[in-house]
Amino acid sequence: MKKLKKIIILGSGALKIGEAGEFDYSGSQTIKAIKEDGIKTILVNPNIATIQTSKFLADIVYFLPITDYFVEKIIAKEKPDGILLSFGGQTALNCGLSLNKKGVLKKYNVEVLGTPISAIQLSEDRKEFAKHLKSINIPTPRSLIATTTTTAVSIAQKIGYPVMIRAGFALGGQGSGIAKNEEELKKITINAFAFVRQILVEKYLHHYKEIEYEVVRDIDDNCITVCNMENFDPLGIHTGESIVVAPSQTLNNFEFQHLRSAAIKIVRSLGIVGECNVQFALNPNPKTKNKKSTNADIEYYVIELNARLSRSSALASKATGYPLAYIAAKLALGKNLTTIKNNVTNVTQSCFEPALDYIVVKIPRWDIEKFKGADEKIGTSMKSVGEVMGIGRTFEEAYQKAIRMLDLDFEGATSQSMLWNSTKTTKQLLEIATPKRIFAVARALKEEMSIEQIYNLTGIDPWFLSRIKKIVETEKNLPKNIKKISKEQLLEMKKMGFSDRRIGYVCNVNGLEIRNLRKKYDIKPSIFQIDTLAGEFPTKTNYLYVTYNGEHNDVEPTGGDGVIVLGSGPYRIGSSVEFDWTSVSTVMSLKKHKKKSIIINCNPETVSTDYDVSDRLYFEELTFERIADIYDFENPYGIIVSVGGQTPNNRAKSLNAHGCNILGTKSDDIDRAEDRTKFSKLLDELNISQPAWDKFSHIKEAISFSKNVGYPVLIRPSFVLSGTLMRICHNKEELIHFLKDATLISSEYPIIISKFIEEAKEIEFDAVAFKGIIKAFIISEHIENAGVHSGDATIAFPPQTLSESIQVEIETIGRKIAKALSISGPCNMQFLIKNDVIQVIEVNIRSSRTFPFISKVTGVNFIDLATNAFFDIDFPEINIPKPKFVAVKVPQFSFARLTGADPILHVEMASTGEVACFGENIEEAFLKGELAVGGKIPQKGIFISLGGEENKEKFLKTAKKIVELNLPLYATEKTTLFLKKNGIYANKLNKLHEKASPNILEYFQNGKIDLAINLVEKHLTKDETDQYTIRRAAIDHNIHLFTNFQKATLFISAITSNYLKEMHIRSWKEWENYKK
Amino acid sequence: MKGNLILEDGTIFQGESFGAEKSITGETVFSTGMLGYPEAITDPSYIGQILIATYPIMGSYGVANSKNWESDGIKISALIVSQYIDTPSHFQSEMSLGEWLKKEGVPGLIITDTRLLAQKLRDKGTLLGKIEFTKKIDFYNPDSDNLVAQVSTKKIVEIAGKDGKWKNKTIMMIDCGAKRNIIKCLNKRGVKLIIVPWNYNPFTEKTPINFDAILISNGPGNPKMADKTIITIKEILKRKIPILGICLGNQLLALAAGGETKKLKFGHRSQNQPCILVGGKRCYITTQNHGFYVSKIPDGFKNWFINANDGTSEGLMHKKYPFMSVQFHPEAMPGPEDTEWIFDFFLERAFIN
Repeated sequence: MKKLKKIIILGSGALKIGEAGEFDYSGSQTIKAIKEDGIKTILVNPNIATIQTSKFLADIVYFLPITDYFVEKIIAKEKPDGILLSFGGQTALNCGLSLNKKGVLKKYNVEVLGTPISAIQLSEDRKEFAKHLKSINIPTPRSLIATTTTTAVSIAQKIGYPVMIRAGFALGGQGSGIAKNEEELKKITINAFAFVRQILVEKYLHHYKEIEYEVVRDIDDNCITVCNMENFDPLGIHTGESIVVAPSQTLNNFEFQHLRSAAIKIVRSLGIVGECNVQFALNPNPKTKNKKSTNADIEYYVIELNARLSRSSALASKATGYPLAYIAAKLALGKNLTTIKNNVTNVTQSCFEPALDYIVVKIPRWDIEKFKGADEKIGTSMKSVGEVMGIGRTFEEAYQKAIRMLDLDFEGATSQSMLWNSTKTTKQLLEIATPKRIFAVARALKEEMSIEQIYNLTGIDPWFLSRIKKIVETEKNLPKNIKKISKEQLLEMKKMGFSDRRIGYVCNVNGLEIRNLRKKYDIKPSIFQIDTLAGEFPTKTNYLYVTYNGEHNDVEPTGGDGVIVLGSGPYRIGSSVEFDWTSVSTVMSLKKHKKKSIIINCNPETVSTDYDVSDRLYFEELTFERIADIYDFENPYGIIVSVGGQTPNNRAKSLNAHGCNILGTKSDDIDRAEDRTKFSKLLDELNISQPAWDKFSHIKEAISFSKNVGYPVLIRPSFVLSGTLMRICHNKEELIHFLKDATLISSEYPIIISKFIEEAKEIEFDAVAFKGIIKAFIISEHIENAGVHSGDATIAFPPQTLSESIQVEIETIGRKIAKALSISGPCNMQFLIKNDVIQVIEVNIRSSRTFPFISKVTGVNFIDLATNAFFDIDFPEINIPKPKFVAVKVPQFSFARLTGADPILHVEMASTGEVACFGENIEEAFLKGELAVGGKIPQKGIFISLGGEENKEKFLKTAKKIVELNLPLYATEKTTLFLKKNGIYANKLNKLHEKASPNILEYFQNGKIDLAINLVEKHLTKDETDQYTIRRAAIDHNIHLFTNFQKATLFISAITSNYLKEMHIRSWKEWENYKK
Repeated sequence: MKGNLILEDGTIFQGESFGAEKSITGETVFSTGMLGYPEAITDPSYIGQILIATYPIMGSYGVANSKNWESDGIKISALIVSQYIDTPSHFQSEMSLGEWLKKEGVPGLIITDTRLLAQKLRDKGTLLGKIEFTKKIDFYNPDSDNLVAQVSTKKIVEIAGKDGKWKNKTIMMIDCGAKRNIIKCLNKRGVKLIIVPWNYNPFTEKTPINFDAILISNGPGNPKMADKTIITIKEILKRKIPILGICLGNQLLALAAGGETKKLKFGHRSQNQPCILVGGKRCYITTQNHGFYVSKIPDGFKNWFINANDGTSEGLMHKKYPFMSVQFHPEAMPGPEDTEWIFDFFLERAFIN
């Protein structure tokens, strides 16, 4: 191996369903591991919200798309000696394969480090891989490759239904599915072929167990399995969609070791160097020849292999405490496993397999109901947007913790709120896997359905069902009167992971009363270390969890030097890696203030939960109860609630009441911004304008208010699961329809209606204040007009269309509000501007989603500034000069994953991630950003559908520009006529339901169109369904789609004026030094 | 029913019984293996010991029939777990762990904080302990007894090999409390086994048996108690007959060859012990269950393996003759199967010059 001086690392880009925060964890550990060896790191990752793209990590960062085009240019410029492909998920792997195929790596003499490219290719080609496994006597399910739907059908007839369809090279199983008959098979294959060229049709293994191993191998053939995991759900539910436990619970030694040995054999045969994930299907009831079975009875198949760090490896790393990505990076550099120091224990070796003395339960977090029209069924492809991991000493404890960690107001396994509006029977809820199913299991057990019957319906192993039954029964047996609860009973409940609130709910008191009873009985949880070796040796590990199944603490309280930082909890729509960046940045800044950081977070995909980030890590619930427990134990200097997004912010009030020292803005002031009535009053007092709004409990009042302020109005129900379900109503009919349909209005749950201002600009104002004085602020501008959720908006900095005077006015209002709320620390305000009138729509007294973006673009770390305020240290005001370049933050959507979801942008957030790119002008920055989130420059044809007259007129100028591209233009009938009238020729295509040729669907399917623009009318119209099917078909055929006027216009402007060759390949540092 | 675990330092842990309600005493040890409880607790090396499982959830897959055990029954004195699962789920399960313990008269206690127990033993070293229900009993130190004699076969047993490479070879196994999988590992390689008691000396018998090599099995307790075995091994060494020692067999070989053994502070009992092949780049993950170790390498021998965690000797290799031994369990059961090659290596060395 040649001496390495400079390594290029490919990241995974924006967070998307199937590829999320886990790759920030793996990339960050990798960079650390490489830098330790004195090697320079170059990182390509446009995801500006990540920690890996922070100044203290990679030496050189490129915020550019991870495509062969851009990476080749970076390689040509930087001339690295080596490249790492296995730390940025499938995106990095695919890009690397493509670079290799094009001969780029050879041309520039760049060595692929770690697992050789031939092994990656073999593992990614299903047919070749199956052949390879057969050659080493490892079984794979009977399957055949199909490249057309017709062959898929004939294969399925041969193998027999049900069959499983698997698409190669796919993120998180996209395009995969189970077909019980020909009709279902056709539907799945047509969809799959939009993304891939070949699929695998295989025998579906009904109710098999799914077991995974995380294997590590070095260049000298040392090979270990760091962790094994068992899926709670049977085969057929993607491992990213399944509840997963580690270690496995229902395997005996023979099965465990047999599969372990098989995993190692496969990894050795492929020549993996680094990390690899192997997934098996295991028959829970193999046919035995005689009843006296022996260990020789095992029936298993390999179903999946990832020759790279994956979501499972991030989970395994957090589950065991073993730094998988760090070790994998060292191995990729050619190190022997026995020579790598074990930084976690400092007493044992890296070449060992962790022994756990606890169990972890991972539960995915879905937000499917946030997407209009999306199918809630879960299966072979991923839909979840995040995950949590509960740690406990019993399954019951870990499982109930994990359920609460989801942050969906579920108090545990017995919570039934998820089923509140379901009309389905328990049996139906069990039969079809959805996010509701685990709650239906508890309900079924309450209704005394047998474990056998539940198993038959769900395929969930009776072991897990028995544990849940135990939870249900224990709850049932609890006295309904708090006075009758004995110490033993209360302890028993706590050992099973019941929260104070749930126990309180059962006996009709609040959680605090149970907390007091616990105090009286002296029932306190224990603080245990995760030491990777089950206590065999004393270690100094800082990785902790809280359990009631213990009678001692492994650590001493931190005391007055300690500061608790609340992390973000699970990634979800609306709260993602940006809040991990703010949490980690806070921890870094605490060092300057000589404070010991204590992180509380429960998300295994994060960097904040890495072993070497904080002084102490509690992998724990972000519930009041647990935070208070930790606070009481640690007795710290204070707690920071304003850097982890909305979840920690919501805890401010109760923690303050508990006597916690909340650092930064006072809890009462936070409340004055959070409570709409109080906040509105404050704005009136300050003479700051806001859209008219009010609270309503009856439809009648709602109608009359809406009439008075004038439609459209924005409706916000106060009780909806996992979201806000906001909606804009344009007239009385819509309002009545929405409210009745959703039965969302009642005196218990009033709704909020506010005037919706159309055609307004939306502005972000991010700032840090000290005792009410703003010390630094940034104004950035949404590209889309108001009506698109700020999390879905494309945001430009510096602002492109705002006059100096209006910016000064925004600043003045911002200062007034900060003063009035005595803000000390980070804050974010959102404004609307129409006809030069500024209105306030929201104030968050916490760091916002835009903090990493503005901090990195301006070079001023807003979190670092805010940390001063947390410690009452005054600091000078910073005047941030406007850069000479433009940076644009572009959202990433994952609609393709969510069958049926309408990909239109509206007031409800739908994006799963973001990127930000830089340019000399907005077109360059935006185009790079759009390409980084999967956009393509059209080469084949453009389809346009403009709903309503207004859209048509508005778009005409852009349509004229499109003509310059010299690409075939297609449009719906009315749009064709309109364009023709204006001298633009477009081919008319029939709508999908018309079935007549030439048809939109046919053109989508045949790959004749690679850009679709669909602008819809604001009002409900007859052809809404038509428009929806067009949008959905575009998504289903992987066609780049725009539904927003401003964004589509900017894109066309960018591709007509600023083509690829003019895009500058500049590193972050180069942009910082860039002068026009 | 409640029972108490009382340690020799005076600490008492109360637990709920899930096994036989019988007062017993023995040496308290902990194992960090996460699974394989039926194999572990039937391992004769555990005789006289109260076993604490650090993995908190035990009993999950019940108990399969006796063919899957490592001896004819439970060998531990008692089992301590944090959580006992009385609803096992596995196609092979024929009874629950609790039912089995009761059936065999072995106590089982649920003591929640098994981590605390492990930490205590790790810091203080292995302690004597007793479990008391109603009857009060005295402490007992199993090291003072010849435990090997208790678990060794009483008669000579012959087991024919299966079809395999070494079909015509015979190994005499000195049974000091051998795990069944050692026998299976040799049988499947074709070797015929003659299993003899610990105190059997083939060179003094009137009707000597014929064999090509010797295997000294694993077994319980202080190796020095198996004095008669050591005498036999000395004779074997003299005659240059190939030897493979496993676990206790490793210690006995060391003693017979002039080495020394000592007791470890709290032993190695786990399925994740890393052992480095001396002079190579390879490290193996091994199953271990021992309280004593080889503290002095005998003359003529070198370290074959060393423990990557604490540097102790994990195996011996004679510099010239096919005498070798490992402190870990190449037969696994429970634990990783990564060192089963030791059997092949030995057979090659023993029979191919």
